[in-house]
Amino acid sequence: MENNLLLRIISKLLIPFIALFAFYVQFHGDFGPGGGFQAGVILAAAIILYSLIFGIKKSQTLITIRFLKLSMCFGLILYCITGFFGIFSGSNFLDYNTLNSNHIFAQELGIFIVELGVGICVFSVMLLIFYLFVSRGKK
Amino acid sequence: MISILLLNYWVAMILIALGIFIVISKSNLIKKIVGLGIFQTAVYLLYISPGKIIGGTPPILAASFSTYSNPLPHVLILTAIVVGVATSALGLSIIIRIKEDFGTIEEDEIENLLSKEKKIVCLFLLVKFLH
Amino acid sequence: MSFFISQIPALIVSVPLFCAPLCTISNHKFFSWLIALLATFFCFVCSIFLFFNIHENMVISYAMGQWLAPWGIEFRIDKLNSFFILIVSFFALYACFFGLRSLKNDIEQSKISLFWTSYLLCITGLLGVLITGDAFNIFVFLEISSLATYIIIGLGRDKKALYASFQYLILGTMGATFIVIAIGLLYVTTGTLNLFDLSFRVKNIFDNPALITAIAFLFVGISLKAAIFPLHTWLPNAYSYSPNVTTIFLSATATKVAIYLFFRFGYDIFGPSDIISTLSIGKIIIFLSLLAILFGSIAAYKQSNIKKMFAYSSVAQIGFITLGIGLMNSSALTGSISYMFAHALTKGTIFVLIATLIFSLKDIDIKSISGLVKTQPLIAFLFLISLLSLIGFPGTVGFISKWYLILGALQYKNILVIVIVAISSLLTIAYVWKISKLIFLSEPIKQNFNIPITMKFSCILGSVLIITFGIFPGFLINNANEISSILMSR
Repeated sequence: MENNLLLRIISKLLIPFIALFAFYVQFHGDFGPGGGFQAGVILAAAIILYSLIFGIKKSQTLITIRFLKLSMCFGLILYCITGFFGIFSGSNFLDYNTLNSNHIFAQELGIFIVELGVGICVFSVMLLIFYLFVSRGKK
Repeated sequence: MISILLLNYWVAMILIALGIFIVISKSNLIKKIVGLGIFQTAVYLLYISPGKIIGGTPPILAASFSTYSNPLPHVLILTAIVVGVATSALGLSIIIRIKEDFGTIEEDEIENLLSKEKKIVCLFLLVKFLH
Repeated sequence: MSFFISQIPALIVSVPLFCAPLCTISNHKFFSWLIALLATFFCFVCSIFLFFNIHENMVISYAMGQWLAPWGIEFRIDKLNSFFILIVSFFALYACFFGLRSLKNDIEQSKISLFWTSYLLCITGLLGVLITGDAFNIFVFLEISSLATYIIIGLGRDKKALYASFQYLILGTMGATFIVIAIGLLYVTTGTLNLFDLSFRVKNIFDNPALITAIAFLFVGISLKAAIFPLHTWLPNAYSYSPNVTTIFLSATATKVAIYLFFRFGYDIFGPSDIISTLSIGKIIIFLSLLAILFGSIAAYKQSNIKKMFAYSSVAQIGFITLGIGLMNSSALTGSISYMFAHALTKGTIFVLIATLIFSLKDIDIKSISGLVKTQPLIAFLFLISLLSLIGFPGTVGFISKWYLILGALQYKNILVIVIVAISSLLTIAYVWKISKLIFLSEPIKQNFNIPITMKFSCILGSVLIITFGIFPGFLINNANEISSILMSR
């Protein structure tokens, strides 16, 4: 679809805004609708739009399958490390109050980090599923 | 007002019945996944409908409001939606592998292939036994 | 050290969850197995600490994130929980240890690290279901374990494994969604999701139609996951075509976790006198269990695939366990709980033996184990011990549990139940005789085959445990008695 002028230009205009919206949803998850899962899916949708129009090879040179497998694991490990931080500080698992002395800031920081972990993991999984489904047909 | 709220539950129950019927009656494997999706969506409706408090605002703290809708069902449904997405993704990838290995995604054709294999194996053993 | 022990409820679920992505990152056949082995060993050690720290009616309550129950999610461990956690973590370790050699023949080499990742996620889910005290958390962990189970079943070499995994996916997701509907209706009628709080709030509102609907959906959903008679159709295919490590692990743990949910919701939260007798759920469970025993044993006799034969035998044994739940007196409950342990041990050992033979012989037809007593007498002897335990021969662990179940059936005073319980042993003997005739009285077909030492060690360990718990049943029966008295006193 790369030869279609309309698709190429509109997608190049829109994809940055879709990605920006994904980051907005990620960071405002505790105050409005949103959160890690929704943000991960929207960001993955932006990259999938790019690969639909410009081809899988181009998008795989930017975000390789190996990178996605590593970032998927990294998201889950980030979540678990936040939980274990609570245990190492002497309190319970996933206790956000140990992250900082200010009670309110600690809660916000804790929610931010776990949503980041969830968002990274969901983004990698969605994009990985897309890449693996599409590359299956070529064999 | 009350009867309009009950409409949610009627629709949810009808969709649950429709979803289960599609899973049971259709033989195409992808249609089964679609039926499962309809079934799960009806369950989300069943959770969220009681969460709305009459006269309540969306559950975001603000100084001028005192009655909020219940935020807990929304959180539960987010989790359930993620589980549903993961199940559909897994089901569809298994269907792709089934198509590659069996050549078909119709349930009755797959059953035919499996029972034909059984018959061939039984015939083979019978012939071996008779020798 | 005591701080570590107080954090065990969170660690026992989060350590396998943390180690699962490490297996994927390592991408190496041996190191991913090693990570899985260390994680399951850690879980087993933690479960031993938990089990021996709980005395009498004690309850350990662990608040996640320091949010106290009933607003926060708590992990709640009492005697019922800790017993099941011990069983599940032991069999996770057992199957994982066996899997080093066995997995190489069963799945493609490139997928071994992904198999161990899914295995660890499955253990996370199962231990989470057992340990949590929040109703919706049960659904979340149940679905984590179910999704991981569909993966580890579908990785088998036979292409029928894919179709079996898909069938289980459809039925399992429907079962879990029924459980979700029930939890939603429970939340709407009582206003809480915490199981302990729920047990107080349901006592006053018992004739609420929404509550009765919730109980109905809950029991159907749990029966689908536990493979109770008419809803068992996924089980034979899922057990026979999956890799051998999966069969060993699932036969010992997956259905037991669903039956734990029966205990928790039926006896602990709703109270046996309310549900099981007033709503006649007990009679329905007894009826379905009797059908399961008859159907499972008859179907097992007619199979020619040895793994499918023992899968149908599992359906019959699960019917036995749920019979104890439906009979609702303390000896039947003791029998049911101890039979759960006995069945996990017996079926685990039988499937380990079958996996050993399949690894050495590369064949699953029933004829290939002929004459085993002449070629491999040790394995034949161990097979004999586990088959005797399946029948319920005195001296093995199966005997004492069946004894308590028969006592419970006698207390129930219904002639049909007593007759079918007595016939069940005869039916079991029928298909066990079929196997034993092949092992002991036939001529050997395949002659020289070697069995690796680690596999021999696993088989010997399983059989030794069967005999040990058969000759010294005190540990098992005391704990089962304590649990059943706690449950019956609600």
